[in-house]
Amino acid sequence: MTAAVPSAALADRRVPPLGGFSLTFLRLEVRRLLRNRRTMVFTLVMPPAFYLLFGGLSEAYRTDSAGRGNVSAYLVISFAVYGSMLANTSAGASVAVERALGWSRQLRLTPLNPVAYMVTKVLTAMVVGALSVAIVNVVGLVTGAAHMPGWVWVVSALVAWLGAIVFAAFGLFIGYLVPSENVMQLLGPVLALLALMGGIFVPLDQLNHTLQDVAKFTPAYGVGVLARAALLDTGVDVAAIANVVVWTALFAAGAVWRFRRDTARV
Amino acid sequence: MTQTTPREATAATRAPAVALRGLTKRFGTVTAVDGLDLTIQPGEIVAVLGPNGAGKTSTIDMMLGLSRPDAGTVEVFGTSPRSAVAHGLVTAVMQSGGLLKDLTVAETVELTAALFAHTRPVAEVLERAGLTEKAGRRVAQCSGGEQQRLRFAMALLPEPELIVLDEPTTGMDVEGRREFWNAIRADAERGRTVVFATHYLDEADAYADRIVLVSGGRVVADGTAAEIKARTAGRLVTATWAGISTPEAVALRALRGVEDVELRGDTVLVRAADSDAVARHLLTTTPARDLQITSRGLEDAFLALTTPGAPS
Repeated sequence: MTAAVPSAALADRRVPPLGGFSLTFLRLEVRRLLRNRRTMVFTLVMPPAFYLLFGGLSEAYRTDSAGRGNVSAYLVISFAVYGSMLANTSAGASVAVERALGWSRQLRLTPLNPVAYMVTKVLTAMVVGALSVAIVNVVGLVTGAAHMPGWVWVVSALVAWLGAIVFAAFGLFIGYLVPSENVMQLLGPVLALLALMGGIFVPLDQLNHTLQDVAKFTPAYGVGVLARAALLDTGVDVAAIANVVVWTALFAAGAVWRFRRDTARV
Repeated sequence: MTQTTPREATAATRAPAVALRGLTKRFGTVTAVDGLDLTIQPGEIVAVLGPNGAGKTSTIDMMLGLSRPDAGTVEVFGTSPRSAVAHGLVTAVMQSGGLLKDLTVAETVELTAALFAHTRPVAEVLERAGLTEKAGRRVAQCSGGEQQRLRFAMALLPEPELIVLDEPTTGMDVEGRREFWNAIRADAERGRTVVFATHYLDEADAYADRIVLVSGGRVVADGTAAEIKARTAGRLVTATWAGISTPEAVALRALRGVEDVELRGDTVLVRAADSDAVARHLLTTTPARDLQITSRGLEDAFLALTTPGAPS
């Protein structure tokens, strides 16, 4: 009889709400990411630097029009998407480092639910992604070359920010797939290739036809098209939305699959 | 009518801290834990002692819900390990790893505290783990002993009923080990249940009320340090017996429970499981005097019980 009765101590104690999700945890996660010099250079310095290097301030881009603005504005949006991609992937992939260090195991000795952990990772990705998008846009604004209507600045920045959630899922998936502390060294070139194929660095019509057809099915394509839609006045592209939704679902499913294998083995 | 009688409350709190029944864990063809049974009552300080590969860590992992048994059951305070963890009833100090190098000591504790429903204040657990002066230090800059005290501070946060320590002092220097155990000891005086795995015999001897000796994934001995020492190797009875003859020595050897008799001049050494019977015999029926009874070391017991093929 007594063995079957849970301890009285159990009744006195509560399980935290929301699976242990907390703003303190989120704040410390963001602080950790901001403290990491490599991540900072990667996600906050490189995208605006690329905007300047790729000729964002050049006379030609300033005068060439692109939809409701000029080519410089097109580049601002592209590199905001790129920054958001990098920030989201870095934050997601940080689980690889935490697994390598045994921190994931340590967290399993707390009430933290794995879903709450992943949500925290995605939110961390979005906070740093917002910073990255903001920096590219601020550099675009203060250097004065980019021109587009005010609402286009706002809409394209928001879409670049939110659409890159596909890369938070991508980062999580890779983070659970690759047991390495150096996962971002692998992901840097992969992201550059995806950005190229997604038409982030150069417009897709500059690639050959076969590549263009393949490119439409790569994960950076959807968010790129959607982010530029307001500037280029192309309306809502259903295929681009489908691209983001399907890739996000695939990466999230991959992350959950690897996570399950991970915890079964430990 | 709504009043709870003290007896009911007592019965409820008497769910064992840990109840393992027929616990089994296999990794491929290797059986790491082989039908292990163990019950630990609240307030006990128990050392799980055994050689490497005895199944200590596998058992602890299942106790904490980090892995699932292939057979058998685990209950912690009458509930599942995962539920006990979520309620903050049980925490653990693991052997190594499990810390983020880029956080400070205080941040690590603050983060962990944020994940529980209710915890002691961060400053308090840092104090209890002797880390107040190291609060602002990055984890990467902490010594092995400091990192281990940090894990201990994290484990103290929810004021758990049970703390599990897996080989907590591996890789620490003597001073680090002493400080670590002082912190644990001071804490255990509050009545917390402590279970620790170790392969350091002196730690088990010095800090545990009860030693559970594990070998080949099973419990091979269970009791106080003194009981285990006596149970396996028996005790050594030494006496001075001037002019003891060989037939007299042979007669001693024939007594029940005597394992060995050795003569060194006028000194006779008798190894026996029942040292009291030997002592009584020597003092009442022989001229032996200056009797001494000593336990053989825990190390002898450990080797005898955990070495395959050795008599136990």
